[in-house]
Amino acid sequence: MKVLVAVKHAVDHNLKPFVDATTGQVDLSQARRVINPFDEISIEEAVRLKERGLVTEIVAVSIGGADAKDSLRHAYAMGADRALLVETDVRLQPLSVAKLLKVIVEREQPGLIFLGKQAVGEDYGQTGQMLAALLGVGLGTFASALQLKDGSVEVTREVDKGTQTISLQLPAVLTSDLRLNEPRFIKLPNLMMAKKKAIETLAAGELGIDLANRFTVIKSNEPPQKPGAVQLASVSELISTLRKAEVLQ
Amino acid sequence: MSILVLAELDGNKLKGLAAHVVSAATAWQKPIDLLVYGSQVEEAAKEAATLSGVARVLVAQADHFAHPLVEDVQDLVLSIAKEYDVIVSAHSVLGKSVIPAIAARLDVAPITDVVEIHAPSSYVRPEYAGNIFSHVENHQALQIVTVRNTAFRPVATDGNAEVVSISAPLSRAISNWIKEDLNHSDRPELGSARVVIAGGRSLGESFEALLSPIAEKLDAAIGATRACVDAGFAPNDLQVGQTGTLIAPDLYIAVGISGAMQHIAGIKDSKVVVAINHDPDAPIFKYADYGVIADLFTALPELDKALQ
Ligand SMILES: Cc1cc2nc3c(=O)[nH]c(=O)nc-3n(C[C@H](O)[C@H](O)[C@H](O)COP(=O)(O)OP(=O)(O)OC[C@H]3O[C@@H](n4cnc5c(N)ncnc54)[C@H](O)[C@@H]3O)c2cc1C
Repeated sequence: MKVLVAVKHAVDHNLKPFVDATTGQVDLSQARRVINPFDEISIEEAVRLKERGLVTEIVAVSIGGADAKDSLRHAYAMGADRALLVETDVRLQPLSVAKLLKVIVEREQPGLIFLGKQAVGEDYGQTGQMLAALLGVGLGTFASALQLKDGSVEVTREVDKGTQTISLQLPAVLTSDLRLNEPRFIKLPNLMMAKKKAIETLAAGELGIDLANRFTVIKSNEPPQKPGAVQLASVSELISTLRKAEVLQ
Repeated sequence: MSILVLAELDGNKLKGLAAHVVSAATAWQKPIDLLVYGSQVEEAAKEAATLSGVARVLVAQADHFAHPLVEDVQDLVLSIAKEYDVIVSAHSVLGKSVIPAIAARLDVAPITDVVEIHAPSSYVRPEYAGNIFSHVENHQALQIVTVRNTAFRPVATDGNAEVVSISAPLSRAISNWIKEDLNHSDRPELGSARVVIAGGRSLGESFEALLSPIAEKLDAAIGATRACVDAGFAPNDLQVGQTGTLIAPDLYIAVGISGAMQHIAGIKDSKVVVAINHDPDAPIFKYADYGVIADLFTALPELDKALQ
C-alpha cells in the first residue's frame, strides 16, 4: 500500500512572531522555517508502517515555495521514498491547499493519507478535514494511535475527556496529533543522501484549481503584555492577597 | 435567511458549549436555529429550547448519532445548509473536525477559532499559539465559523424556543465507532471550572498526591503541562495549552510550570494567574498576576494546610 504524507514548510514553533508596525502584518521575512512538527510525526508513522512491512511506498508532498524542498529533504532523510513539490509563490489558504492535494491524491492513489492536525503559524487546522470531505473518504482527526487492518484502519483519537477509537475504510485521511509517536533523530549521512534525491516539481497554477483567497487578514496585533507578577514572599501571603482581591473566599 | 448553530451532546445531555456558541451567534441579530442530534435527544432538546436567543431547536434523532461520526454530521448539516447564511459551531474536537469538512463540501473557506465577531463578516482570531491576533475579513456570502467558547459569555436559560423534528440522512457507513476510553472524575470539568490548579513535570510521581487535596478544597479542576503528560505523570486529557484544553477560569494556579508559549496559549483568558516556581526567571512569571518563588514540594503542602 502507498501512503501519502502532506508536509508543510512552516514557521519554526520556537520563534516568537512579531507584527511589522508599518504594514500591520506578521513579519515573516526573517523567520526560520522547518518541517511542521505534526507533519514530521506523520512521516515517522508512515516510516514505522513501512518498517513493519505494511506499507510499500511513502510519497511526501509539499505545497509552497522552492524553500519547501528543505522540508521534503527532511522527509527523505527520515525514510520517504518519493517527494513532490507543488510550487507556488502565493500564500495559499487551506481550501486551495486541500484542492491541490486532492489532485495529487487522485494521481497517486494512496491507501492512507496523513496530514498534521494543524500547522504552526496561522493555526487554521482545516486542511485534512477538507481533503477528506472533497475526496468523500473517511476522516480520523487528532490521531494518537493507529492499527492497519485488512482494507481499513483503526484510529485512536484524542477527544475531550480521553480517547475514542474508530475504524475507517481505506482510503482514509488521518490528521496526526503530538502523541502519535516521537519522530526519530535524523542521522547526518541520511541528510547528505537526501540532498541528492530528486524532487518532482509541479506548478500549482497549472493544475486547474481556483487558488483565489476567500478571506483577507486586514491587520494583526500582538496581545497586550502583562506587567509581570507581583512577587509574594510566602504561600500565606499569597492566600491573604487572593482573599483580599476576592479571588478566594 | 437565518443562522444555524451546531450543538453537541454529552451522553443524552446538552453540552454547556451551546450557550456560548448561541451567544456568539447573536452578533448577527438574525433568527437562530440550534441543531441537536443524537440517538436519545428529548432531554437535550428541552434544555436547548431554554437557551435565550434561540428561535427554533431542530432535532435529528437517529441510532447512528449515538456516537456521531464526522461523515454523518456532515451529511446532516448539508441536508439543511441551504437555508442559512451563517453556520456556527464551537471550536471543540467535534467542531474542529466537522466544520472544515462541511465548508469544503460547500466550497467555502471556514473561519476557525474566532474570539470576536463583527457581523456580518469580520472576525478576530488567534494565530501563532495566541501570540498574534489577526483581524480577518471574510469575502464569502456564506459564513462558516467555529468560535472559541471561552471568549463568549453564555446566554441565559429563560428562552422558550419551538422544537422541530427533522429527518437525518442515512449513515454513509464508511467509518464506524468502536470504543471510547473516557476518564470520569468528580472534579469540575477542566474547560469550564472556575478554579484550575495545574502542575508541570517537576511534580513527578507525586502529581496526583500533591494536587488533589488542594483541588478538592478549592473545588478546582486539575491541569497539567504536556511535558508532565508525556512523562506519564498525568493522563492526557488534563493537558492545558495549544494542543490540550483551552481554559479561562477565574483563578489559575500554575505549579512548577515554566510557561512555554504553547502552554500560555491555553491559559491566556484566565482572570487571575498565580505561579509557584523556584526559578525567579521562569517565563510563567511574565504572564502571572501573582508569584511565589518557592520549592513546590514545600509550597504545596503549605497551601493545602492554609486552606483547611
Ligand atoms: C507543537 C507543540 C505543541 C505543544 N503544546 C503544548 C500544550 O498544549 N501544553 C503544554 O503545556 N505544553 C505544550 N508543548 C510543550 C511546551 O513547549 C513545553 O515543553 C511544556 O509546556 C513544558 O512543561 P513544564 O513546564 O512541565 O516543563 P519544563 O519546561 O521543564 O519546566 C519545569 C518548570 O518547573 C520548575 N521547577 C522544577 N522543579 C521545581 C521545584 N522543586 N519547585 C518549583 N518549581 C520547580 C522549573 O523552574 C521550570 O520552570 C507543546 C510543544 C510543541 C512543540
